[in-house]
Amino acid sequence: MACNSSTCNSSGCYKGYEEEEQPKPNTKAAVNGGNSCQNLCVKCKVNEPVCCGIGGENSRFCKDCFKNNLYGKFKQAVTYNAMITPPDKVLVAFSGGTSSRVVLQFVHEMQYKAQKNYDANKDKSLPVFGVGVAFIDESSTHSFTSLHIEKAIEDIRLIVSNLAPPSKELFVVPIESIFSSDGIDGKERLKELLDAVSDVTGKEDLLIRLRILLLQKIASENGYTRIVLGTCTSRIACHVISATVKGQGYSLSADIQYVDSRWEIPVVLPLRDCPAQELNTLCSLDGLKIVELLNGPCSGINGLVSSFVKVLQEENPSRECTIVRTAGKLTPFHFNRVPEIHDSNVPSATRRHQKRYTLKPNGSLSSDSFCPICSSPLKKSNFPSSLRSHGNQQNPDLIASACSSCQFQILPKDPSLMEEFLSVLPQQMITKAKHGDQGDFSLLREQIQEFLLSDGENEI
Amino acid sequence: MEADSKPKKSGARLCCVCTQNRAALKRPKTLEQICRECFYAVFEEEIHQVILENQLFKPGERIAIGASGGKDSTVLAYVLSELNRRHNYGLDLFLLSVDEGITGYRDDSLETVKRNELQYGLPLKIVSYKDLYGWTMDEIVKMIGLKNNCTFCGVFRRQALDRGAALLKVDKVATGHNADDIAETVLLNILRGDIARLSRCTSIITGEDGPIPRCKPFKYTYEKEIVMYAYFKKLDYFSTECIYSPNAYRGFAREFIKDLERIRPRAILDIIKSGEDFRISTTTKMPEQGTCERCGYISSQKWCKACVLLEGLNRGLPKLGIGRTQGLNSDAKISNGMVIQEESVQEGQLFCTNQVNPEDQFFGFYICKK
Repeated sequence: MACNSSTCNSSGCYKGYEEEEQPKPNTKAAVNGGNSCQNLCVKCKVNEPVCCGIGGENSRFCKDCFKNNLYGKFKQAVTYNAMITPPDKVLVAFSGGTSSRVVLQFVHEMQYKAQKNYDANKDKSLPVFGVGVAFIDESSTHSFTSLHIEKAIEDIRLIVSNLAPPSKELFVVPIESIFSSDGIDGKERLKELLDAVSDVTGKEDLLIRLRILLLQKIASENGYTRIVLGTCTSRIACHVISATVKGQGYSLSADIQYVDSRWEIPVVLPLRDCPAQELNTLCSLDGLKIVELLNGPCSGINGLVSSFVKVLQEENPSRECTIVRTAGKLTPFHFNRVPEIHDSNVPSATRRHQKRYTLKPNGSLSSDSFCPICSSPLKKSNFPSSLRSHGNQQNPDLIASACSSCQFQILPKDPSLMEEFLSVLPQQMITKAKHGDQGDFSLLREQIQEFLLSDGENEI
Repeated sequence: MEADSKPKKSGARLCCVCTQNRAALKRPKTLEQICRECFYAVFEEEIHQVILENQLFKPGERIAIGASGGKDSTVLAYVLSELNRRHNYGLDLFLLSVDEGITGYRDDSLETVKRNELQYGLPLKIVSYKDLYGWTMDEIVKMIGLKNNCTFCGVFRRQALDRGAALLKVDKVATGHNADDIAETVLLNILRGDIARLSRCTSIITGEDGPIPRCKPFKYTYEKEIVMYAYFKKLDYFSTECIYSPNAYRGFAREFIKDLERIRPRAILDIIKSGEDFRISTTTKMPEQGTCERCGYISSQKWCKACVLLEGLNRGLPKLGIGRTQGLNSDAKISNGMVIQEESVQEGQLFCTNQVNPEDQFFGFYICKK
């Protein structure tokens, strides 16, 4: 049943009609101009190359061209998707790793340039967007010494303070503050919650959800309008595979776009087109300091997928890009674009630009409902059977409305433990379950906005 | 639940279904401890349900089971004939085997199929590459080496199955593709960027608009369970890897899925579910379906792949039809792998004409006599 040829090229062998696989780096690309090009940067053809892009031997860049290339990808993603506009206040999620360090650096440079323009400009019409940085302290879920974490936080403060002017506010928030009760209470509750999840992968995924919820909380409490994540191509490739493996094929396209407006504060991914390898190279070239927090290697499914993608990368360095490109052909959701700007302070050119370039809504305005735990859009016909709610009449909503993946790996198997589990979940998740089908009303509202007389949000 | 979280109890465990017999095995799909009888029952019942829910067959249909002599097709033949009897599907079942001409491998597995014919009482038809195309795989490999041999075999086999099915005058072909195969294919299509195939590869019935539809009754059946079934039932099958297949791209996906199954058995079905749920736009460019100008077989290009490859073999151009770039060959005026000048066919060579022999739908191969 299987084709076992490693280099099989026939169309009967999964290389299809539309395959857009990038050329392998060791194929002999036509070398024009002979030997003289081999020792020069492929871009400017002037300087000596100091590093390689993922194209291997065919993409040797000098430092400036390499950096400009990466920054260019970032800038294009930001502009093309109208991620950051002048009135925005942008919260950069900083984990200490290379991707978030680079995105912080790039956002800072963009802000710096905007500031210079503002200062040089007489009429001061375009305000400069604000930037804040958030670091989530997850030490209560790991066994770091407090010295270790304190040093890390100090380093982070130093990094952020050096990225001024313009100055940026830094939020160092422990993960347990998601429970809106701080200190010991929060820590206990977090521990109880994580202990209640027996599946290792479920635990890791739940933690990721809590992280996003906390970022949302910080952003909305402090008036931020965008959350910037440093998610790079490599991480997205891993997510594509792991979502497929967890049965989340329907919602996969929601997580991997440039913009995700499911939540109150839209989340944007400007480094989506940058492979981790290039980001690592940039950090070492530019001496960008990173803070290694050794959150421990992922285990379970996530760790397995990571090693799998690593193996594939070694076999072909452009594999990650192909994976992301394939997944990029899946249809996104209506919330995968920035909400329309109604603010008259935003220049109309920007508004027109955004309207032109953001995705058209996907056909019918289906009112997607979302899983209360992982916020993934649920396929209508896939409403999980209510077999599991037999043992628990009090909260059938949460169980029935969770996606099959969360039902399997996060919710407790034993119905008698369900009550207890629900009591330790963050309030935000429970609320979502109760008001399940609220997802799409904002989009409907957008359509009729100009005819609404009242300004209130509470007609629903 | 992680596979290693169940505490092991000492002493004999009872089957979790009948609670009478001692558990003889752990079900790979669900990790349930189960006795042999109950395993057979649940294995067969699940397949029966898949057949019903997806309406794979209709009463009175003639069905060809693609039989290689391997475990999947042997178990498929066994189970289908059993279910056909037990539930009165009313089907006429046949075994259809393809002889690629690989000495030491195929002749052994063909012996197995011949034994199956007797054991299960199902009429057998063997179609060979030698008869259909004039080439055995041994000869092909001798000419082109070990690099793209799977290309030839896969393309030729697909057509061979259809031709054999036409000769048997069956309504459908059933193949033994199992859940592991389909999960591997989903992953491969993601890795290879083939969005068109990604949208089709999880269909349990394919080719409904072509000559002979094919179905995969084992779509949700785990490979490990098939092996277990064959083992316990002591079914006769041949298990060796094809000698011409070096370790290869599908191997990556296979390794990964094996590791995955160890920590979360249901992941295989989850991959298939994801494949079914992918939001792929129906306006995504799909290949247009037409017919081959030479032999009339279904094709999206002017000539079907088999004709292109065959032409390459006959003309001593092993690279014809291989790879994506089809450059212009100065001495034979080849464009997109199609020979434009028919005069170039040599005496004694096997070639295709535009004439379709009315006796069999696709044939048009003749020996050139000038």
